[in-house]
Amino acid sequence: MMDFTLWDIVRNLLLSMRWTVVLSLIAFIGGGVVALLLTVIRLSPSRWVQWPVMAYVELFQGTPLLMQLFLAFFGLGALGIQVSAWTAATLALVLFTSAFLTDIWQGCIRAIPPGQWQGARVLGLGRLQTLHHVILPQALRLAIAPTVGFSVQVVKGTALASIIGFVELTRTGTMLNNATFKPFLIFALVALGYFLLCYPLSLYARHLEKKLNVTGSR
Amino acid sequence: MSLVRVDALHKSFGHLEVLKGIDLKVSAGEVVSIIGRSGSGKSTFLRCLNQLEQHDSGRIEINGQVLDANSMAPALLSENVGMVFQNFNLFPHKTVGENVMLAPMIVRGEREREASRLARRMLERVGLADRFDAWPEQLSGGQQQRVAIARALAMSPKVLLCDEITSALDPELVGDVLKVLEQLARDGMTLILVTHEMSFARDVGSRVVFMHQGRIHEQGDSREVLSQPRTPELQQFLSAVR
Amino acid sequence: MAMALDFSALAPYGGEVAAGVATTISLTAVATLVGITAASVLAWLKLNGPAGVRWGIQAYVELVRNTPFIVQLFFIFFGLPALGVSLEAWVAALIAMTMNLTAYATEIVRAGIESIGKGQLEAARVLGLSRRQTYRHVVLVPALRKIYPALTNQCIIVMLGSAVISQISVEELTWAANFIASRNFRNFEAYILATLIYLALSIGMRQLFRLAGWHFLGGRQGRPSS
Ligand SMILES: Nc1ncnc2c1ncn2[C@@H]1O[C@H](COP(=O)(O)OP(=O)(O)OP(=O)(O)O)[C@@H](O)[C@H]1O
Ligand SMILES: [Mg+2]
Repeated sequence: MMDFTLWDIVRNLLLSMRWTVVLSLIAFIGGGVVALLLTVIRLSPSRWVQWPVMAYVELFQGTPLLMQLFLAFFGLGALGIQVSAWTAATLALVLFTSAFLTDIWQGCIRAIPPGQWQGARVLGLGRLQTLHHVILPQALRLAIAPTVGFSVQVVKGTALASIIGFVELTRTGTMLNNATFKPFLIFALVALGYFLLCYPLSLYARHLEKKLNVTGSR
Repeated sequence: MSLVRVDALHKSFGHLEVLKGIDLKVSAGEVVSIIGRSGSGKSTFLRCLNQLEQHDSGRIEINGQVLDANSMAPALLSENVGMVFQNFNLFPHKTVGENVMLAPMIVRGEREREASRLARRMLERVGLADRFDAWPEQLSGGQQQRVAIARALAMSPKVLLCDEITSALDPELVGDVLKVLEQLARDGMTLILVTHEMSFARDVGSRVVFMHQGRIHEQGDSREVLSQPRTPELQQFLSAVR
Repeated sequence: MAMALDFSALAPYGGEVAAGVATTISLTAVATLVGITAASVLAWLKLNGPAGVRWGIQAYVELVRNTPFIVQLFFIFFGLPALGVSLEAWVAALIAMTMNLTAYATEIVRAGIESIGKGQLEAARVLGLSRRQTYRHVVLVPALRKIYPALTNQCIIVMLGSAVISQISVEELTWAANFIASRNFRNFEAYILATLIYLALSIGMRQLFRLAGWHFLGGRQGRPSS
């Protein structure tokens, strides 16, 4: 067993934070793209199109992220597709994120009062024109704060990737703990690492919420 | 020939039959005031006229074109029928000018310059030319409602529907909006309005239509109907309003 | 090569699964009851307490909300014994779950309380209600009713999040799935089963909350609260 100085521990944790950040970014951006598609699909007036999207959202919101990770990791394996922890974690987190973002964005669109739809309709705007010029610009404004707020959940969600062996902040913490047996110090530092990533996002989300509410042209 | 012609119009919400056979003809330039108790179906009738609600049966013909479920796209309809709502429904993310310009640009494909010129003219008609760059939230309710009128007029509809457009306003702001309507009437605009402003209906309106339980119960020249109501229901309604 | 799914391989482990479900439900139930009660108190203190207390609550809420549950769990289970506080796994898990829910619920309840208009408070005052009575009858119940959907969601999130406590060997549902997988190597089947059970639990919890809300808060737009 080798000796770890405090600096060794901090340095290793800091280095591993990169992977937490990278995984978060991929999950958030990938999830955002998928959610955008799903939100657009969900806008279809046909129930047969809406229904699968609702089921998708319900499925990912109603089951543990850990199970989603396990299924991505072992499930694809069972189907004969060997995936790395990296692929499985990315896939599961992207899908997880997309379900929640779809739900959030859908809610923002529904929050636009029906009078806005009718006002556009009597002026002769079609459904897509109304969406483009009247509904989406207002919904987008509503969506910014909760979307930033949700990014905190994504960052925290990446910690579960450690369980299937993806080496990021939490996993590095566990490994350092096994090597040094200083659990109090190490898990406090790991927590601090996440706090440094998440707290600014939380503050920013709250700031946006206040700002958009005050000038609120809504 | 009538500009608007409605025959045997029926509309139900689930089991509730709201319109039980409406017949109405409106000629160009007429100002028709619809009055009646709350729940008598006035709004529903108006909303059928521009297909915000689809009627179950009967026939609506506007400017020679028959409306049914699919016959008229919103774009075509808006060239014939304009509408102003009780609570304005201005687009809060667009300035006053942009609110008026939106439909001419998107629906009619006008250039921004033309649309902007048109919008200024329309805003002038409602006395708000100087508020072109303001945001809706910066205006009083009465001003917002006048912007909504200008926005509807920009599509040069043949008939303008107004559903209690002064009901959400403070009393001192009602007059400004009514003055705009009066000027429109004088310019020959066809108006169908649901209103509680009896003096406006009498002085500006040409005809009064009294709706009762989903039917037109009594109608006629506005002065006559309002001063000498024939049916007991209208008599009762008028004495309650006064 | 892909292998066929074989759920019959799970049959011998019915007992483990049932015990796991029972553990998941019990821990969630206790965390929910304690968490919401604690949150109602903390939310009141956060709005009315002395500055130091308010600051402390704020720090606690932010700390919990901006760190992952699994790290909180590891800190409590592995970290605290270093200070001489040794906890059994299920106790550590219960503390982590309760702490987590309390922090989120405090924020939710606070937002609900703040949404009660000043007019309501003044009306209660001119009727002669004390501060405590006002909080209990005029503020808390309407506030809870308003935030009930958010609170429901948060409790479900805690239940789903409890899958992680399998990592410190608490024998709940995910642990049972892991156990089966380690015995018969039917990972996929075991996790699909567990996932479906979690889905059923979250749907069931939502229904239960709806019934409870109906009972205690008088329906959604229900009767007057006091
Ligand atoms: N979308 C709807 N779904 C179900 N019922 C409706 C709907 N719109 C209106 N109704 C019902 O139809 C009846 C007539 O409503 P309507 O709005 O046409 O009345 P109104 O004469 O305009 O009344 P008011 O003077 O209060 O505006 C009412 O009983 C109302 O509850
Ligand atoms: Mg009405």
